Amino acid sequence: METTVAEITHLKKSFGNNHVLKDISFNIKKGENLAVLGKSGSGKSVLIKCLVGLIEPDDGKVVLLDQDISELDNEALNLLRKKIGFLFQSAALYDSMTVGENLAFPLRDLKTKPKEEIDALVMEALENVGLADAIDQMPAELSGGMRKRVGLARTLILKPEIILYDEPTTGLDPITSREISQLILDIQKKYNTASIIITHDIECVRITANRMIIIKDGESVAEGTYDELSKSKDQWVNSFFKPH
Amino acid sequence: MSGNPKISEKNNSKKTISFSENDYLKSLKVFFEEVTLISRFTIRFFKEVVKPPYEFNEVAKQSYLIGYKSFPLVAITGFIMGLVLTIQSRPTLAQFGAESWLPAMVAVSIIREIGPVITALIFAGKVGSGIGAELASMKVTEQIDAMEVSGINPIKYLVVTRIMAATLMLPILVIVADVISLYGAYIGVNLKGDVNFHLFFVKVFEKLTFMDVFPALIKTFFFGFIIALISCYKGYNSNKGTVGVGESANAAVVYASLMIFIIDMIAVQVTSLFI
Repeated sequence: METTVAEITHLKKSFGNNHVLKDISFNIKKGENLAVLGKSGSGKSVLIKCLVGLIEPDDGKVVLLDQDISELDNEALNLLRKKIGFLFQSAALYDSMTVGENLAFPLRDLKTKPKEEIDALVMEALENVGLADAIDQMPAELSGGMRKRVGLARTLILKPEIILYDEPTTGLDPITSREISQLILDIQKKYNTASIIITHDIECVRITANRMIIIKDGESVAEGTYDELSKSKDQWVNSFFKPH
Repeated sequence: MSGNPKISEKNNSKKTISFSENDYLKSLKVFFEEVTLISRFTIRFFKEVVKPPYEFNEVAKQSYLIGYKSFPLVAITGFIMGLVLTIQSRPTLAQFGAESWLPAMVAVSIIREIGPVITALIFAGKVGSGIGAELASMKVTEQIDAMEVSGINPIKYLVVTRIMAATLMLPILVIVADVISLYGAYIGVNLKGDVNFHLFFVKVFEKLTFMDVFPALIKTFFFGFIIALISCYKGYNSNKGTVGVGESANAAVVYASLMIFIIDMIAVQVTSLFI
C-alpha cells in the first residue's frame, strides 16, 4: 500500500466574518494526483496556501511528509518547503531574472554543487517542459503558456515529493491548457510525485486526476474518481461536468 | 486616515466636516498598529542581518543599483546646490563687508546640513520609491510568496540586502555631493570675483573642523537606514493589488522624507551637546 504523504484534518480559516474554509479534510498518497474542484471564490487558493504555511489556518492540522507544519520553526519549515513544489496561478516568475536564473534561484542554497551541475539541472528541467531554447529570455518576453511551463520547470528543479498546482490552466487557451494538463500527468509518471491540483477546469481534472474532491462554501461536499462523480445524482456536483 | 469624517450641509451652502470621538480613536488605533508592525519589521531585520548565510553578492548588486546608479543625479543636484547657495549668500555677506567669509560659510552649511539633508531627500525620492514599488509589485504578483515556498527567506534576500546597501551607499553619495557642491561653490564665488582654486579650498578648510564633518557623516548612515527600512516595509506589506504599488511608492517617499527631518533634528540636538 502506498504511503500517505499529506494529511489535512478539519482545516478552518476565516478572514473576519468571512468563513472561507469551514471544515476541510483529505489525504493524498505517494504518486497520486488529487484535484480540488470548486467555484471561483470557494477558498481553493486559501486552502493550498494553508498547506505550505503561507496562510496560517485558524484550526485543524496539516501534516506533510510526516511533519505537522504548525509545530515547525521557520528553518524546519523552509527545509520542508524544499520538498514541496508550488506552481502559482500567475507562475510568479522573478521579473528581474532570466528564465535560467529563475530556475537556478531555488538551488542557490546548494553551494556545494558546482556551476556545471546546476546548469545541467536547469537544462534538464527546461527540457522536461520543452523550453530549452528560452533559457536566456526574460519572463516579460514569454507567453502565458510559456510562463506556466517555466513556472513548472522551476517547481521541478528541486525534485519535490509533493507538487501543489494553483489553477494551472486558468487564462490559457484550450490547446495550451491540454498541453499543461498532459505535462502534469507526464511529471506524475516520470517522478512518481503526489500532486494537489486546485482548479475549476473539469477537462484538466479529467486528464490529470486519480481522485477529486469538490468544495462548496468552504466544505468538502463530494469525493471520488472523475467517473464516479460525473455520474453523481447531486445537481450541484453534476453541474461541473455539464458542457458550458 | 481610517475614520471617515461626516460631511453635513448647512444653509444649502456651507459644508462642515466633523470628526466624532470614535473617528479619532480609530485613527489612533491605526497609528499604534502601524508603529507596532514597523517595530516588529525592524526587529526581524536585526535578527536576520546577523544570521548566516550572508547575501554578500546581493548586497553588492543592490549597492551598485542603489549607489552607482544614483551618482549622476546626486552629482548634478550637488553642483547646483553649491552654486546657488553661493550666489544667494553673496549679497548678504557683501552688505556686512564679509565677502571673504563666503567659501567658509558655504562650506560649513553644505557639509553640516544642506549636503546630507538634500542628498538624503533626493535618495528617498529616487531609491525609496523604487524599493517601495519593486517590493509591492513582487508582492502583488506572488513573487515574494514564490520565494518563501522555495525555502528562501525573502526578508533576508530582499529586505536585509536593500537596507544594508542603502545604509552603506548614502554616506558615500553624501561625500560625493559635498565635494561637487564645494566645486559648485568655487564656480559661484568666481562668477563675481577672482579667487583661485587653491585659495578657495584653503579658506574652506581653515574653518571646517572635525565636529563639522563627523556628526554630519554619522547621521547619513541613519538616513540611509531609515529610507530603506520604511520603503521595504511599505512595499513588503502592500496588499491592495496594483493600486497598492503606487500607494507603497508614495508612502515610502513621504514617510522617509519626514523621518529624515526628524532624525536631523535629533542629530543636531545630540551634536550640540558636544560642541
